[in-house]
Amino acid sequence: MTSANEQSISGNKWEPRIIAFFCNWCTYTAADLAGVSRIRYAPNARIIRVMCSGRIDPQFILDAFSRGADGVLIGGCHPGDCHYMEGNYKALRRTQLLKRMMKDMGIEEKRFRLEWISASEGERVKTVINEMTEQVRALGPLGLPEKFTEWDKELESLEHEINGKGDTVHA
Amino acid sequence: MHGNGHSGIIRIGFYVCHCGHNIASTIDVKSVADYVKTLPGVVVSCDYKYMCSDPGQELIQKDILENKLTRVVVASCSPLLHEHTFRTAVEKGGLNPFFFQMVNIRENVSWVHTDKNAATEKAKDLARAAVQRVISHKSLEPKHVKIRPEVLVVGGGIAGIHAALTLANAGKKVYLVEKNPTIGGHMAMFDKTFPTLDCAACILTPKMSQVKNHPNITLWTYSEIAKVDGYVGNYTITVKRKPRYINEELCVGCMDCIEKCVYKEGKTADEFNVGLSKRKPIYIPFPQATPQVVLIDRETCIEFKSGRCKKTCVEACDRKAIDFKQQEEIKEIGVGTIILATGFQTFDASKIPYYGYGRYENVYTSLEVERLVNASGPTTGEVILRDGRSPKTVGIIHCVGSRDKNTNRWCSRTCCMYSLKLAHLLKEHTNAEVYNFYIDMRTPGKGYEEFYDKLLEENVHFIRGRVAEVTDCAVRPDEEGKLIIRAEDTMIGIVRRVPVDMVVLAVGMEPQADAQDVRRMFNISCSTEGFFLERHPKLAPVDTFTDGIYIAGACQGPKDIPDSVAQAGAAAAQALTLIDSGEIELEPNTAYVVQEECSGCRTCLTMCPYNAISRDESKQKAFINEALCKGCGTCVASCPSGAIKQNLFEDEMIFSEIDGLLKAKLQECC
Repeated sequence: MTSANEQSISGNKWEPRIIAFFCNWCTYTAADLAGVSRIRYAPNARIIRVMCSGRIDPQFILDAFSRGADGVLIGGCHPGDCHYMEGNYKALRRTQLLKRMMKDMGIEEKRFRLEWISASEGERVKTVINEMTEQVRALGPLGLPEKFTEWDKELESLEHEINGKGDTVHA
Repeated sequence: MHGNGHSGIIRIGFYVCHCGHNIASTIDVKSVADYVKTLPGVVVSCDYKYMCSDPGQELIQKDILENKLTRVVVASCSPLLHEHTFRTAVEKGGLNPFFFQMVNIRENVSWVHTDKNAATEKAKDLARAAVQRVISHKSLEPKHVKIRPEVLVVGGGIAGIHAALTLANAGKKVYLVEKNPTIGGHMAMFDKTFPTLDCAACILTPKMSQVKNHPNITLWTYSEIAKVDGYVGNYTITVKRKPRYINEELCVGCMDCIEKCVYKEGKTADEFNVGLSKRKPIYIPFPQATPQVVLIDRETCIEFKSGRCKKTCVEACDRKAIDFKQQEEIKEIGVGTIILATGFQTFDASKIPYYGYGRYENVYTSLEVERLVNASGPTTGEVILRDGRSPKTVGIIHCVGSRDKNTNRWCSRTCCMYSLKLAHLLKEHTNAEVYNFYIDMRTPGKGYEEFYDKLLEENVHFIRGRVAEVTDCAVRPDEEGKLIIRAEDTMIGIVRRVPVDMVVLAVGMEPQADAQDVRRMFNISCSTEGFFLERHPKLAPVDTFTDGIYIAGACQGPKDIPDSVAQAGAAAAQALTLIDSGEIELEPNTAYVVQEECSGCRTCLTMCPYNAISRDESKQKAFINEALCKGCGTCVASCPSGAIKQNLFEDEMIFSEIDGLLKAKLQECC
């Protein structure tokens, strides 16, 4: 997350990339409402639609980060309003645990956010996405794929070193 | 049942819609189509002006046939709008409709972003994600569910009554459940209705009577919905019938019991007269109440409080209808569709202390005035103030609680018209000078503007300005003993003090106090204001996001009687569509257990709110009942072995989407 990474290889200025998982009944509908109302917001989020925030497997979130997402947003119904009764509570429990794990992994807290947005809260979709985009922008790129590549290169060169010296040891 | 494994051959057809200018003016659709053409598996990639039109759909069908497509992706508007349209088109083309994926580049991109480059890049990412996802789609069959013909209508106001009658006349069995002891709602309290000045009771009571006598309607008043189970077409409703302590079958509404009650006069605030008069513990809401049966309020009845009443009411009843031992009754019914018509409540004027409601005795709400001018009201239609006088001057304040950031932001739609009506009625009854203080005059309906003209000719005074306060602090001699309304008259630019005898507050309409509880029970949504949320404000004003449940009347938003009746008819028509088609197609996004991978850990068993998951003890594995599964996917995410999968939302599909969304970025750096 150094300023060297602020420019991607193609030379374009880095823009935060946020993957958003929105539940069909509340948050996705709110995003549609924001569209219908022509509410403008930052283009940094990419929405994946699921039926319920309870469907969201922690693996999806980790996978998103590992593939280069700088932030992950989950949108669900307000507590008590889940279309499937309790799915959002399960999402809440899982995200609480995941947040603690991610802290240990060195991923900043502001990169992962759980928001309750109801079907009529088009404005809130804009507020949350804009806010999160700026917060992630301030944190800079997470750059996990780049790190993985770096680490792979490091391991490769270590291997070479070991193998090089190994000849004489094993002789 | 889970889908058949996807066929080995992947031939994807990709279509990006211009949607006229809606998408094309922001997104470079041609470059999106060109980009997608380069993706693995894509054999057709083109753009078209209006994909949802007939020629657009035919284009898909033609390509499926000629290009032997096995997958279709359309990038256009929201799937909530047209997913069904395109799935049907795909099916007509001969391909299983679930080999289709839709990309939202209108509501989620072109309508919300101004940066064309960013929008086009986003569209490409989303398209790529969909193209990758659709590869793992499987062929599926939609679930079909039978619809029971019975209907539940909740709320017996004008909307509920009209919906119930429409359905009953169509030959369907209707349960009409009303929480008050009588049907009629707010309309029964009104005196005359605008703009024709029809007597409200005269046009309402025949309908109420029809409801009572209709062979297809089961009318349960003084009853509430306790529980809602099931799903569209097969709801199981638990109704709690509160005890009146009167046998409904025996009571004929003669009201002798009320006459002979040990209370010589009423001591409890009469709800129907909005507290302007008092009633006894045994009472009937109003003489034409339907059903015409009295009831006993156990909070104030001496027999319930002490057990030692003379019970003169029992003596007086020659039908022996009074039953102090009556218990609450629980009824369970099965219905296929539900119409919610639970109405509104008026804004509580005491929330605006500077208008003096509750402090000054001659400040009234509009609903109270409806009862005052009503011939069957507490003063038999004479406008007599709380201090006994008849008013010589009246001030009517519009927009009380409405159009106000401090209380309710919305316009309550009916208040201008009913304020004009009350101005007319008050003038007619008292010949007083009437002043209407308004912000805008909203008279949009048929005959409404003409009604306003009539009022202008009747010498009612109109002052355009939001009232700042109502005070009794006299500054001049002619203000002594009066209530002074202070408002800026914006037409002439002066702050005026208008001394009046009576102040009428045109209170706004807001959702019922228990609206949140009701909507949670029925699993529908509310808007931020708290009114029930319609599926689409223009094209589906009476549908909700929950299949089989419709809304009508003021519970959906403030409106007058003609609009409430219109919506009630619309809701009844929607219910009839469902009932007469006999069955409904449900999305096959249910979860299933891959038994070979299930470890029997039991983690999923408690996850399901619908109890769809059970344990097969003989195999020691989990099993999901497809009929009960609603497709939320919570169990899918919880399974540590990954043994539970969800049709249409398999892990594989979502991982492909994530990959597709980030692929461009990945390629840049590594």
